[in-house]
Amino acid sequence: MAKLKAGTRMRSAVGTTEVVLVAVPEKDLELTCGGAPMIGISEEPPAGLSISADASGGTQIGKRYVDASGALEVLCTKPGEGSLAADGAALTLRTAKALPSSD
Amino acid sequence: MNLMTLLEMAHSAFGDRVGVQNGSDTLTYSELFGAAGGAAGEVQASGAQYVGVLDVSSLAVPVALFSSAWAGVPYVPLNYRQTASELEALVARLAPSYLVTDSDRVDALQKLPDTTVVSREDFLSKTRTRSGEASNWPMDPDAIAILLFTSGTTGAPKAAVLRHKHMTSYILGSVEFGAAAEEDAALVCVPPYHVAGIAAILSSVYAGRRVVQLPDFSAAKWIELARAERITNAFVVPTMLTRIVDALEGSGRVDLPHLRALSYGGGKMPLSVIERAMKLFPETAFTNAYGLTETSSTITLLGPEDHRAAAASQDPAVRQRLTSVGRSLPGLEIEIRDPEGKKLGANQSGEIYVRGEQVSGEYLGRETLVESDGFFPTRDGGAIDAEGYLFVEGRIDDIIVRGGENLSPGEIEEVLLEHEAVADCAVIGVPSEQWGEAVAAVIVLHEKRTAGADELRAWVQERLRSSRAPERIEFWRELPYNETGKLLRRELRAALAGEAS
Repeated sequence: MAKLKAGTRMRSAVGTTEVVLVAVPEKDLELTCGGAPMIGISEEPPAGLSISADASGGTQIGKRYVDASGALEVLCTKPGEGSLAADGAALTLRTAKALPSSD
Repeated sequence: MNLMTLLEMAHSAFGDRVGVQNGSDTLTYSELFGAAGGAAGEVQASGAQYVGVLDVSSLAVPVALFSSAWAGVPYVPLNYRQTASELEALVARLAPSYLVTDSDRVDALQKLPDTTVVSREDFLSKTRTRSGEASNWPMDPDAIAILLFTSGTTGAPKAAVLRHKHMTSYILGSVEFGAAAEEDAALVCVPPYHVAGIAAILSSVYAGRRVVQLPDFSAAKWIELARAERITNAFVVPTMLTRIVDALEGSGRVDLPHLRALSYGGGKMPLSVIERAMKLFPETAFTNAYGLTETSSTITLLGPEDHRAAAASQDPAVRQRLTSVGRSLPGLEIEIRDPEGKKLGANQSGEIYVRGEQVSGEYLGRETLVESDGFFPTRDGGAIDAEGYLFVEGRIDDIIVRGGENLSPGEIEEVLLEHEAVADCAVIGVPSEQWGEAVAAVIVLHEKRTAGADELRAWVQERLRSSRAPERIEFWRELPYNETGKLLRRELRAALAGEAS
């Protein structure tokens, strides 16, 4: 459990997934990927961990994932095999309406 | 968040694609990423607190933009259409800075204290051969990403502040990562110091769409480049579209089969021009984008479906939507308020307010303009119809107060433009002893058509109230616009005031 900060980069301890925290809630929570707590971008993952079968849906680059309240939003910057959860509840894909390019 | 995150993702997902092209010179996303890192090392070694660009579009522009984000200092593109003394005063305010410019200016600018000046060519050759020497980029979302100087009518120019969180929020909210097809290409002809020029780079990088730069716009060059590079997407300001349409109609040949999407913004689009453009490009999807520097560019869109429905409709209210800027982007709230700050209902004119994560509303060294409820007063006038379509009526400061009545120049201009002899027009207030301000119109007639002042006055009077009929009408050969299509009303005011005295 930790207080999250917007802009923080994190990586999966059990796969290749990397994320940036876009929006964070006020309260502390535990962000996991593949069932294991995510770690700082430059931290070494602890040995002996593997992806848990019930968190193996995977992540896609460029997709944003949110918790049920919408207070937590992460952007996947590197894809991986584990899926994301906060305090045990799976994050869901934030679907955006396709917009015509205006630039 | 940092703008570099966007480029890093492009680099890792489709690094070998060409990201930016100028003439025959190109940078892939991975080359752009490497050059940005190399340039960030140069910037950090120089001790600069700002990265400035005083130049037309070139490959050095995206490299400078991303290198500033990497080095953790603001990016400041400067308007090269200013006098040497104005520019020197601006550059002095940025010291210590790292400034990329064209080779003709290097010597003069090098004399300024605490300014590292490098020519575009040297900058590119240095940074393309050097990489990975900068430290990691900072991820503070509140750090300043971009400063854009706006031309104030009085006093020193002020710098609009866009933080990393504003610009990335706009990109993440409006662009699908990697959505562009391999053959997609966007023609970018707005100058680097315009917010639309920055948004064009960032959204194309995030979409994976090749940017083709056109540094010196002319209709002929635009058409030639669009054909040669099989351009699929382009953004133009209204004056550019007018010239492109004129040129294509004159040549009797369109032949731009790849142009899938054409978006426009940055000023008011005359109804006749967009109607002619839609006839010329029946297969092209048109999008009107409205936004401000202080809102990280686009906040409303009139999309392709809206354009087609409006053009095909017999209902005047629906047809009128071709002159609207459309509806707000998801995640933004837009309201119309009266001068006391009270929210107005549908079709009532007032000031446009906007709230959302991409809205900055802030100038450097000044108190934020964002109100305590999070809304930013844009100083643009407008009204929203019952379906949520926004109609922009021009700057609040341009409103004419005639005998205590508020008149919108935009409303009168629109009616004048409906007259078949009127090619372009501008309505401004001029001092009047009797009314405080009187309505004056400057008219540009179509080449082969004529209309007298009395006829035009009667035209307005029949369609609007008589108080809106211009007391004074002048006929000019053309109106003064800046290079991004903004009508220079203060020049008109000065000219008409000069003639009156």
